[in-house]
Amino acid sequence: MAQQQTQQAAAVPDDGTGTGAEGSRPAGHKPRSARRKGRPRTGDIVRKIVQIVGELLLTAGVILLLFVAWELWWTNVEADAKQSQAVQGFAKTLAGPVAPVAPANPAGPPNYGKPVVAQAPEHGGMIGIMYIPRFGPDYSRPIIEGTGSDILDTLGLGHYGTTGMPGAPGNFAVAGHRQTHGAVLDNIHLLVPGDKIYVQTKDGYYTYVFRNNQIVLPSRTDVLLPVPTQPGATPTESYLTMTSCNPRFGAQERIIAYSLLESWQPASAGPPQDIAKQVAQTRGKG
Amino acid sequence: MYGWIFRHLPGPLWVRILTSAALVACALVLMVQFLFPWMSQFTTLTDSTIGSAQQP
Repeated sequence: MAQQQTQQAAAVPDDGTGTGAEGSRPAGHKPRSARRKGRPRTGDIVRKIVQIVGELLLTAGVILLLFVAWELWWTNVEADAKQSQAVQGFAKTLAGPVAPVAPANPAGPPNYGKPVVAQAPEHGGMIGIMYIPRFGPDYSRPIIEGTGSDILDTLGLGHYGTTGMPGAPGNFAVAGHRQTHGAVLDNIHLLVPGDKIYVQTKDGYYTYVFRNNQIVLPSRTDVLLPVPTQPGATPTESYLTMTSCNPRFGAQERIIAYSLLESWQPASAGPPQDIAKQVAQTRGKG
Repeated sequence: MYGWIFRHLPGPLWVRILTSAALVACALVLMVQFLFPWMSQFTTLTDSTIGSAQQP
């Protein structure tokens, strides 16, 4: 009924006398022009209220659509810019060659000794850069200490403070968004066993090899143990555990990707061949 | 509501069109700066950590 009234009003906008609600229409065949002018009638007020409510609902709908666009697209634009800035800022502070250096003894496999284990920085400090060639030839993301939303929502991968550092026997665990805010681990399900994952710190390059993934409930904190999912076990190897939300546009579960440390080389040995081009590019730009 | 605002803007038509565009832009900036970050806490899409309850 209210809609019909509005349509009528739109058709004859300046006819202040006609098209009122039935309640206010005088009985009989009294001509419309005989009714009083200038006094707002119930129909007008109802129509105004309906119009304002309708406009507010439309506005709310538009705002929700804009929010979806902001969440799924704009946060990525913002976070990507901040993350590449962080990567380049960090690369600037690094020393060492940006091209692979031939080992002194080319006969045997290079042996650089035990990997250097750095001290964990303060919350918000940068640990290093992660390169995952499977995610694209340009994939490099900063690894920052801490897993609060202040870290994950802008700076990419966050290191769980309760877990170890790269190279140490035990678990080096990081979290990253699957969607929004850079979507740093969007393609985590595409990793294939054997894929290399490189972590570059100020000390050197840690090469991890992806082993398997697992989908768990968010409460499964045992994936962060020194030996993932094995309480009480003493670690003899170095693990890299990455956690992200699952399914891709939801968060009912977590997808966990486990990798094992394969090799280590100091910064003076230059980057592994796989990521040499990227490392050089990052340094050159910075 | 929006019609009422548009009718009560000062100036000729083109000025009013420009003013409304500026008002819309202002609303957008306010939403992106304050409203959307606040709203995002109600979506669970951004939960990527394990045991988020224990680890803020």
